Amino acid sequence: MSDISFVRTEMLPEQAPPPSSVGAIGWARANLFSSTLNTALTLAAVALIYYVLAKLVPWAWSPTWNATSLKNCREILAELGREGHFSGACWGVIRDRWVQLFMGFYPAEEYWRPIAAFILLGVALLPILYSDKVPSKMIWFTGLYPFLMPLLLWGGSIWTPIMVLAGFVLAYVVYRALTERMSELIGLIAAVVAAVLWWLLAVSPLSGALADLIPLGLEPVDSRKFGGMMLSLTIGVVSIGFSLPIGIVLALGRQSDLLIVKALCVGFIEFIRGVPLITLLFVASTLLNIFMPPGTNFDIIMRVIIMATLFASAYMAEVIRGGLAALPKGQYEGADSLGLDYWQAQRLIIMPQALKISIPGIVSTFIGLFKDTTLVSVIGLLDPLGLSNAIRADANWNGVVWELYGFIALMFFVFCFSMSRYSMYLERKLQTGHR
Amino acid sequence: MTTLTDPPKESFRLSMLIYDTRYRSMTIQIIALIGFLLLLGMLVTNTAQNLATLGKEPSFRFLGEPASYDINQRLLEYTSRDSHLRAALLGLLNTLVVAFLGCITATILGVIIGVLRLSSNWVVAKLTTIYVEIFRNVPVLLWIVFTMAIMIETMPAPRAFKGENPVATMALNDSVAVTNRGIYIPEPLFSRSLGDVHLLGQGSMRFDVSLDLIAIVLVLGLSLWGAAKIKLRADKIQEKTGERPRTWHTRLGLIVVPTAVLLVALGFHFGYPELKGFNFKGGTHLRNSLIALWLALSLYTAAFIAEIVRAGILAVSHGQTEAAAALGIRPGKIMSLVVLPQAMRVIIPPLISNWLNLTKNSSLAIAVGYMDITGTLMGITLNQTGRELETVLLTMLIYLSISLSISAVMNWYNKRVKLVER
Amino acid sequence: MKNTVILGALTIAGLSAGAAAAGTLDDVKARGKLNCGVTTGLVGFAAPDANGEWKGFDVAVCRAVAAAVLGDGSAVEFVPTTGKTRFTALASGEIDVLARNTTWTFSRDVDLKFEFTGVNYYDGQGFMVPKELGVSSAKELDGATVCIQTGTTTELNLADFFRSNNISYEPVPIETNAEAQQQYLAGACDVYTTDASGLAATRATFESPADHVLLPEIISKEPLGPLVRHGDNEWGDVVRWTLNALITAEELGVTSANLAEMAGGTNNPEINRLLGTEGTLGEMLGLSADWGKNALSVGGNYGEVFADNIGEATPIGLARGLNAQWTEGGLLYSPPFR
Repeated sequence: MSDISFVRTEMLPEQAPPPSSVGAIGWARANLFSSTLNTALTLAAVALIYYVLAKLVPWAWSPTWNATSLKNCREILAELGREGHFSGACWGVIRDRWVQLFMGFYPAEEYWRPIAAFILLGVALLPILYSDKVPSKMIWFTGLYPFLMPLLLWGGSIWTPIMVLAGFVLAYVVYRALTERMSELIGLIAAVVAAVLWWLLAVSPLSGALADLIPLGLEPVDSRKFGGMMLSLTIGVVSIGFSLPIGIVLALGRQSDLLIVKALCVGFIEFIRGVPLITLLFVASTLLNIFMPPGTNFDIIMRVIIMATLFASAYMAEVIRGGLAALPKGQYEGADSLGLDYWQAQRLIIMPQALKISIPGIVSTFIGLFKDTTLVSVIGLLDPLGLSNAIRADANWNGVVWELYGFIALMFFVFCFSMSRYSMYLERKLQTGHR
Repeated sequence: MTTLTDPPKESFRLSMLIYDTRYRSMTIQIIALIGFLLLLGMLVTNTAQNLATLGKEPSFRFLGEPASYDINQRLLEYTSRDSHLRAALLGLLNTLVVAFLGCITATILGVIIGVLRLSSNWVVAKLTTIYVEIFRNVPVLLWIVFTMAIMIETMPAPRAFKGENPVATMALNDSVAVTNRGIYIPEPLFSRSLGDVHLLGQGSMRFDVSLDLIAIVLVLGLSLWGAAKIKLRADKIQEKTGERPRTWHTRLGLIVVPTAVLLVALGFHFGYPELKGFNFKGGTHLRNSLIALWLALSLYTAAFIAEIVRAGILAVSHGQTEAAAALGIRPGKIMSLVVLPQAMRVIIPPLISNWLNLTKNSSLAIAVGYMDITGTLMGITLNQTGRELETVLLTMLIYLSISLSISAVMNWYNKRVKLVER
Repeated sequence: MKNTVILGALTIAGLSAGAAAAGTLDDVKARGKLNCGVTTGLVGFAAPDANGEWKGFDVAVCRAVAAAVLGDGSAVEFVPTTGKTRFTALASGEIDVLARNTTWTFSRDVDLKFEFTGVNYYDGQGFMVPKELGVSSAKELDGATVCIQTGTTTELNLADFFRSNNISYEPVPIETNAEAQQQYLAGACDVYTTDASGLAATRATFESPADHVLLPEIISKEPLGPLVRHGDNEWGDVVRWTLNALITAEELGVTSANLAEMAGGTNNPEINRLLGTEGTLGEMLGLSADWGKNALSVGGNYGEVFADNIGEATPIGLARGLNAQWTEGGLLYSPPFR
């Protein structure tokens, strides 16, 4: 027994990693300079960032917030010894007009209404967007919101939305009464007929009479007064709101076995998706009045909302169709095996799931539509972009370009970016919940 | 004992139209059809009635009248005396040009940025992320206006090229001039031209094609075909004998020599832009409206395509990359040989819809004064003739046919590359 | 199903009262508001200020008409229109009168079925060039790049001018004045052409206006005026004579300063008829007797409106030129109030 062999019985202590692979240096080596190509890319990227910032920052750093006109701006900059075309931004135009860029021509004393409408929109969306964190009773408010929003934005008598709402109650009562006594189908048909008759015949005289009796309501605001960001938001929100039910119907129609229904739905969807929005807006501005029965006359913003709704519904239909297609076949078969009929299956099994998985798609459709609302400036509506032209027609601000465009771009970016981040969060959440 | 009877023959009752599933679908369809026809009829009668009140009769005669306005970017011969129809045709060609160029650059840029977003280089990955987010979340109309404004403000005016000590000079050995009116590049010219061939008559739709161009395309096509044949034969020999004959020099010669001979025979030379009077003369003028629109549409759509490419790459299972690495393929090759081809299947359908979007967005040309179909037919022609119904419907129809043809071609291609699934 | 309802509700909210069926005058009176089409923004002629109040020369015409009809110069809804949407807006009854520096041409009058009710600004298409180009006549512009505003008669005039003079040019069509100005200043075009008034207004806001010259050629006649739909002569008369009232008031020396005093009665029977203390001119138009006084009370007479919005004291600084009274060598000539 000799002790010639040596076997180490305890581990050596861990050595510190070489200083070049930890800390800032290590990180930089691994992430920035790992190869020649990578180094070149890093240097190019840094050069680009430096170039852009070196141009942008001195220009943007300009003490012209209180200027009252472009001329004034130039004087302020000249005093500082900054002469020339790109010597500095003229931020006075933003101070002077930012309220207008947000609110358009909405009466100043009523500003709380659009603000309230859009805050309440957030509240109304909570039960849908954060369904796990918000009490489910909130969904009632979501149901009421479509009636609240027009009241807040357009004003008028409080009775009109209430009477319209009453139509739903009437339809429900008729449906329950007839379903119990006769069949469900007759009940459904009678309910729809009763509601439509109510809306067509009773709503306007009744609400008129009630408004005379108890004049409750808000100062009516013409939709011509809408402008700026608020106009974009209104067009976006209202159109998406309407397009959702239309989109569902179109998506179901496109998937149905009924040949004619399918052909009509496919034709509509492909037509709308095949033409640019700008042509549809031209239809809104120049043709829609010709298509309507003589005597009816929608104002231009209503017409734009109608065309934007049709536009969004075609895209919405495709999003929902995607949701329907993503649903496992077992769900359909399960519904069938429970003996549910088509509408019951759609209402109780298919749609809740399909809509849930389509929410990210719906949000991105909304972002797309919201961005596309800038196109209304081409037909003369004063959205932020249209307003920027109107502002430059003011002799004080004639010649201001970048400040306005930059501010508008920033507004859109903030809105769209936060929405797209939310949609991504949702996508992640839904993924873990579903697979 | 029971008597054998047929089951009672159901007589048709009206309620069966609703309750019997055999008839119900029929009923619904017929109601839908009637509803649709009623709606259509209503539209048509309303339109007719309203137009009668306005005293305007729908007619397309205005298309034959002189347009009386000029178009700056003319792919075909055109003067202000030509008809509105021809102006519309020129506009359509301009639309197609910018859409085509835009789709190509947007795809290339999108793929590069999509790949770079997954880069291990932190600065590059962040920078491309910022690019994608900024471009996706700001309206394309703003980008178009922005790009135009940047081009106008930062490039030198032709005036700057004048004088003893010009502020700006032409690039690339005096052959390219970058100005804020656009970029002037050398144009190919033929001193012994074969002339033009007149297609489609002499009317509004006349379409002249240069015979030189046809000849070059023909010769080049034949050469390429011959080269392909040689390659095919080399492949066969390689399969049989295991040795590949060297063919690249014959192939190269076959491609280059006939075309070169033809070019020399035609007297091919470049026409260089030259500052004369107010503007550069000679050369091909890529107007800044075209460049701004092209660039803005490409950059905007590229941001979307980058996301699609990224998603497509991430959709390729990691095992593929690892397997390729295990085979000893270099990282760059892994991307181009293993990952991208597989990602293609995921990428192509949304890519097509982005191409369609780009084509449709090209209608915003109006914001920078690029004379596309919206600028001519639905722009000046509409404004001069007051024919809203006809011009807008015609424009919609044209866009619709462009979109439908793109999606038809792409769907066909998509079917071909589709993975055969079990 | 839900959407039908909301659509219904919106329909009710969005239906504006009455279309072109009844007389426009009655419509306007019933509505209590005048719908007036203006530009989406043109320096001096129409632009909203920071409070959303529309200001400008064309706007003043709208306000005068509203005051004449409704007695209130602020009872106007301004509808911004573009070159392409303006005529449809008028034809469809969305607006009652279009005061959007629109050129009176044969085809617009006859083919598009509108009625021009007079001219509130005599304009003509001109050219502006930087002084350093050393150009003194538009005929020296061979090969130049020309910025044009589209959607107007401008591009047609331009094509005709260059064609008839047999010189070439490169048109750069542009949607708005602001963008055209930007391109011109950056040298992306050598020449900017639009109505001479627009050129002068644009030049006035440049950093150094003296570096730019207007060429002597005026290549077109651009009588700009308010227009209404064909076939509603009562309404056309109201707009026409409101404009004439502004012009006549300047000729007769009725200003906003002495309006109240003169409305008490003067020795000049025409002033009395104009201001409604004598005769029944208002009744003939279907308006109140003091319509003329109301119209003048908003912004004063034509001369005052001109001076306030685009005159030499404003940054725009337009001289009266052709738009002086006929007694002073201009073209303004109102038919008599009799």
